[in-house]
Amino acid sequence: MLSLNELWFVLVAVLFIGFFFLEGFDFGVGMSTGILAKNDTERRVLINSIGPFWDANEVWLLTAGGAMFAAFPNWYATLFSGFYTPLVLLLLALIGRGVAFEFRGKVQTAAWKKTWDVVIFTGSLLPPLLLGVVFADLIRGLPIDQAMEMKAGFFGDIVNLYSVVGGLTMVVLCLVHGLMFTTLRVTGDLQARARRLAEMLLAPLAVLIAAFGAMTYFETDIFEGRAFLLTVMGVVIAAAYVLAAVFIAKRRDGWAFGMTGAVIALTIAFFFTGLFPNVMISSIDQAFNLTLTNAASGPYSLKVMTIVALSLLPFVLGYQIWSYFVFHKRVHEQSHLEY
Amino acid sequence: MDVVMLSRIQFAATTIFHFFFVPLSIGLVFTIAIMETMYVVKGKEEYKRMAKFWGKLFLINFAVGVVTGILQEFQFGMNWSAYSRFVGDVFGAPLAIEALLAFFLESTFIGLWIFGWERLSKKVHMICIWLVAFGTVMSAFWILAANSFMQRPVGYTIHNGRAEMNDFLALITNGQLLLEFPHTILAAFMTGAFLVTGVSAYKLLKKQDTAFFKKSFAIAVIIGLVSSIGVALVGHQQAQYLVKTQPMKMAATEALWETSSDPAPWTVTAFIDTKNQTNTGEFQIPYLLSFLSYSKFSGEVTGMKELQSQYEQQYGPGDYIPPVRTTFWSFRIMVASGSLLIVLSLYGVYLAARKKLDNRNTWFMRLMLFAISLPFIANTSGWIMTEIGRQPWTVFGLMTTADGVSPSVTAGQVLFSIIAFTAIYAILAVVMVYLFVRVIKKGPYADNATQKSYESADPFDKEGVPHAVSQ
Repeated sequence: MLSLNELWFVLVAVLFIGFFFLEGFDFGVGMSTGILAKNDTERRVLINSIGPFWDANEVWLLTAGGAMFAAFPNWYATLFSGFYTPLVLLLLALIGRGVAFEFRGKVQTAAWKKTWDVVIFTGSLLPPLLLGVVFADLIRGLPIDQAMEMKAGFFGDIVNLYSVVGGLTMVVLCLVHGLMFTTLRVTGDLQARARRLAEMLLAPLAVLIAAFGAMTYFETDIFEGRAFLLTVMGVVIAAAYVLAAVFIAKRRDGWAFGMTGAVIALTIAFFFTGLFPNVMISSIDQAFNLTLTNAASGPYSLKVMTIVALSLLPFVLGYQIWSYFVFHKRVHEQSHLEY
Repeated sequence: MDVVMLSRIQFAATTIFHFFFVPLSIGLVFTIAIMETMYVVKGKEEYKRMAKFWGKLFLINFAVGVVTGILQEFQFGMNWSAYSRFVGDVFGAPLAIEALLAFFLESTFIGLWIFGWERLSKKVHMICIWLVAFGTVMSAFWILAANSFMQRPVGYTIHNGRAEMNDFLALITNGQLLLEFPHTILAAFMTGAFLVTGVSAYKLLKKQDTAFFKKSFAIAVIIGLVSSIGVALVGHQQAQYLVKTQPMKMAATEALWETSSDPAPWTVTAFIDTKNQTNTGEFQIPYLLSFLSYSKFSGEVTGMKELQSQYEQQYGPGDYIPPVRTTFWSFRIMVASGSLLIVLSLYGVYLAARKKLDNRNTWFMRLMLFAISLPFIANTSGWIMTEIGRQPWTVFGLMTTADGVSPSVTAGQVLFSIIAFTAIYAILAVVMVYLFVRVIKKGPYADNATQKSYESADPFDKEGVPHAVSQ
């Protein structure tokens, strides 16, 4: 049986997996408004294809943050204050992106639209980059002292070759995932081009994933004691990637989307498996690690939260799935475009 | 400036800004839900048009409310990590529940509402907007449950050097919450209602779409009257509760240095000298403070000097008097704005009932346009009083604000984020006002023509003739 601390670690992991799987594709679609769309109508089709979903997708991140705060206050406090500057940038990106979707279509001048297009593109590119950096740093270790305070330098501790490779991997992964989502949601030429671009990105993505995997082996200590499990996960990630490539080539878009999603989900699961039973690794001294025990809330609080979360989650999943069902029709140039 | 001061400035600025949009969202979505319900029940297209027109304003506002809310959730950890460690066990739970119960509901069903006009049946579509409304109210409940813990900590024990939850039920039946929640929600309904009446008044003055805006005005002014009276009634209960739970805040609100006489008079205005701890030029109404504090015309109210020495004995040496001038004046600004709103909505309801809503009442309509600002002023000053009046505490009696700040964050980092957030918020504010004015000027019938072409352009439409969208 899982202890409550373990259960909440898994729940936080699941929330992040859900976030990257779902918001991952709308980050990708956001980026592709800048590189795939040829004209305003195509951009609008792309934005409308994620229109009903992106906001709820982002809530997965908020819920993950809330769950960390409630279940592991020390994790929340150390991580959010320690990564202060990257999180400021993340917030600026998410703020700009969110209003840009709503504002873009409200005024019909080229300058207005162009401005918000830039915001949508940057706002969709920065979050996977920054979060990729943060996750890579998490398994690499950070200067956390005895008082659980993380005093990290922006360059070196936070931004380093390894974390940048991690961030770039996440960006390209989200972009490919988003392109596959696009193939499912649009028609015609735009759909064909999305598939083609995804195909072209497969090789660079493979290089990034392989580089990140290899660097993870040398840069981190997470393989110690669970080399087998993590290697198996690595192999499964590689397999999912290969299958994604095969399905894209065969134009089995639904399956391909499932596989790019699987690569994302497994990558996040890999991070969390690597961390366990720590939640943050200290590069100063192992004794300063934040763990499932010393970072957690008390048993009463965890019990209350477990009851609340387990009774609410089925409803949340239910109506989110329903909303995808309601909007299962493809979006095209003749559709009523809300944004 | 030090990290504490900078962090306080950032928290205050971002929270005040966020709370311009939140009450308006809560209030507008409630008003829109009522309009759409009338559409479903009565079947008149006009109500649908109403829901859509006010919905446009709501959506612009909602977007800004949502994105500025993300920052709120992050900055407890970012800027107040010591605070987060100390209270996370208690305080984190309502935040997590808010996300699970409210944020998911709002965000999913707002998507269904925006994009679902043609995809969902009338009734299901109406249920969607009610679920969004329910979500916004739930969101308020849980964040206020967290805030109420800061005002009056309950359901916890100090263990391992931090506050740990030991009674969840106590947390959500906190007396503070049971008053703070209805007060805030009613104020939010009021905010939405007075935006609708104000905009309608403007359009009536301009003699544009008068039938539409008379009806909108009539619906909203009733919501405005009921909620503004409700806010005042709950507010009176809150004052009595405040005397019992946070007497220092009450004394500061009244600039009461010495314990009052019995019965206690209410000071309307005064020149406050915080240095010498005395007031001059007081203008007082006899009996009224006793009434405010105890609902009877007798009883003394303890002054700040006496409380200061009590607190020194209880909590050790320190200055336990909050910024008196700010607390005193913000309370008065709130009460004055609220009272004015009651009077205005009373007269508005009278005009609506007598079917006299037209541009003959020029002065009144102009006042109603100006009154859009009053709920925002009241909301903001109410929260300034609540939060400034609690200082130096962040959690009353348990932790001071200065102790809550992140030790690992530097003043330079906070300065950078203040500048960045202020800049982006300023842009948001300008763009939002610009878009609001545009939507209002265009009016509810602006998109008639384009709307038609969109609808027939849908190839899944029975009589559809596909052709490209012109925009």
